[in-house]
Amino acid sequence: MDQVTIEAAIGQALAEEMARDARVLTFGEGVALKRRDLAERFGAERVRNTPLSEAIIAGTAAGAAATGLRPVIDMLYIPFLTLAMDAIANSAGKLRYISGGQFSFPLVVMAQTGAGWGVGAQHTHNLEAWFAHTPGLKVVMPSNAADAKGLLKAAIRDENPVLFFTDMTLGFNPGEVAEGEAALVPIGKAALRRAGCDVTLVSYSKAVHTCLAAAEQLAAQGVEAEVLDLRTVKPLDEAAILRSVKKTGRLIVVHEGARFCGVGAEIAALVSEQAHAALKAPVRRITPPDVPVPASYALEQAFLPQAQAVVDAVLAICPPHAHPRGQAVFEPA
Amino acid sequence: MLADIRDGDAVRMLERMLLVRGYEQLIVALGKGGNFPITCSALGQEASAVGVMSALGEADRILTNHRSAGHLMARGAEPGRLLAEVMGKATGYCGGKSGSLHISVKELGVLLTSTIVGGELSLATGVALSKKMLKEPGVVACFFGDGAACEGVFHESLNLASAWALPVLYVCENNQWQAFVSRREAMRNEHVSDWAAGYRVPGRTVDGNDVFAVREATQEAVRYIRETGRPYLLETCTYRLAGHYSLDDQAYVDAQELADWRARDPILRLREQVLAMGPLDEAGLEALDARVAAQLDEARRFALESPYPDVAALTADVLA
Repeated sequence: MDQVTIEAAIGQALAEEMARDARVLTFGEGVALKRRDLAERFGAERVRNTPLSEAIIAGTAAGAAATGLRPVIDMLYIPFLTLAMDAIANSAGKLRYISGGQFSFPLVVMAQTGAGWGVGAQHTHNLEAWFAHTPGLKVVMPSNAADAKGLLKAAIRDENPVLFFTDMTLGFNPGEVAEGEAALVPIGKAALRRAGCDVTLVSYSKAVHTCLAAAEQLAAQGVEAEVLDLRTVKPLDEAAILRSVKKTGRLIVVHEGARFCGVGAEIAALVSEQAHAALKAPVRRITPPDVPVPASYALEQAFLPQAQAVVDAVLAICPPHAHPRGQAVFEPA
Repeated sequence: MLADIRDGDAVRMLERMLLVRGYEQLIVALGKGGNFPITCSALGQEASAVGVMSALGEADRILTNHRSAGHLMARGAEPGRLLAEVMGKATGYCGGKSGSLHISVKELGVLLTSTIVGGELSLATGVALSKKMLKEPGVVACFFGDGAACEGVFHESLNLASAWALPVLYVCENNQWQAFVSRREAMRNEHVSDWAAGYRVPGRTVDGNDVFAVREATQEAVRYIRETGRPYLLETCTYRLAGHYSLDDQAYVDAQELADWRARDPILRLREQVLAMGPLDEAGLEALDARVAAQLDEARRFALESPYPDVAALTADVLA
């Protein structure tokens, strides 16, 4: 299989879906330049530059989706979506329901998220919980190239509005991707990135890599962490979370979005409601402090959840050397 | 101009305007009994709704705003199903999930009633993009008010429709009121149509209380859109004779201004024109009134007797 960056994987997904379905088009500020190959292959009708007007980009996508097209809009950076919230939240997310099911809104809203590039709070913000909180929307946040391609293909085929957020700093991470139908990744299914029996680490997007790094360090100390990559924030793969927590008895959720009313709060509540008896320790959340993202590299790194914080949190609830190295019990998920 | 209009058209348009007016009055009457949803009426704007709609065809698509009852009925919606929707009944056009503020009727090409002021302008470009790319005939008519014209998305919409050459008929029904604020206080332009020129879009203002003038202007606009594929902004100058919403007593409205506009009531004018043109005499008009009243009685009976939706509908249709 090819090794490509997440950014290239997104380009492949768009190309394959545009070739498969003539109703798929993409537009946004500078899209025809950013995706020059697509513009040349599919023409100016289907790969369009727009004015720098977020509200009308999103509204146009909603109107087009309701009447037979399948738009994919590139909104660049997630804070810009605050200018497009009416079309996304009030129209794309609600109009199917309030019309009594008369219309569908098969559209994809792409935007970059995640701290680490020093571009400051008006270009960096994790707003996934906003959209997860809004009925009628799906929220996808891949952590690697294969998922970026496969989930974007699935998002384009979905009959509903899908928010597709990719982490800015992961954009150039290479990974293996498949071609065509084999590349598809279903929306709403978490992936087990590492099996373990002592603690469950749940995360998505860039924080998955933080958790994997923490799990490596923990393994050296005899603690086996299971790492679950949600891939889709909404609909949430509740079964995968509950299955893992029932196995390990401990849960730590790690994400870059705000802690208050964040995705971690939802997962903690889910486990409290449905797997309380399995818990050997309180659920912990590792998130940034409740501040906008600073531009300074030093402050930005202090903002981001770090692997050491995950290690410390695990060791606080999970006795080290519980399972001497090599004797851990693995169960298939 | 009157000579060009066939007598039957005038009578049909008058009947439609009477039906719209009667429906809005029926809602006010039902509201007085309590336990009835608050609604926003377009009382006095009937000529604009009926005039524009009479110049549109089946292939055209419609987006409108919270004062949509006239647009929906002028498009052919049944008053009974509209009233049922307002009352939250299962037989309403949206199964009771819309209420009065978000009604859409796919079978009539009505995509959206937006209660977010300007929301309709946001989606209109997308609907027109579908028409263009899927090579479907017809134009997209988007009804909004002078209040929505002050929203940023109005300007974004006109700019994009012009840049991409999209077949949108922007219909600004300038009813002089932006909720409780006079448009004179909220904008310096006398006419919203003046803004169109900045986007290289043709703009025209007509007397919105003259149904024939509105129809003729719409025909011209649609002809332009069909020939060029480009957008057009038509402003119908009219007046909201009732308050912002059903409980609003209009205490803030200048009495003389209101009286002046009441004297220009589009229905009174059309009645006089019909009498002058001759298709109906006084007795004929009375018979027309009776026919409309009977239709509304039937609508009222249908809506009141209709069942509420099953609670299972609560969680249906969130996702496709």
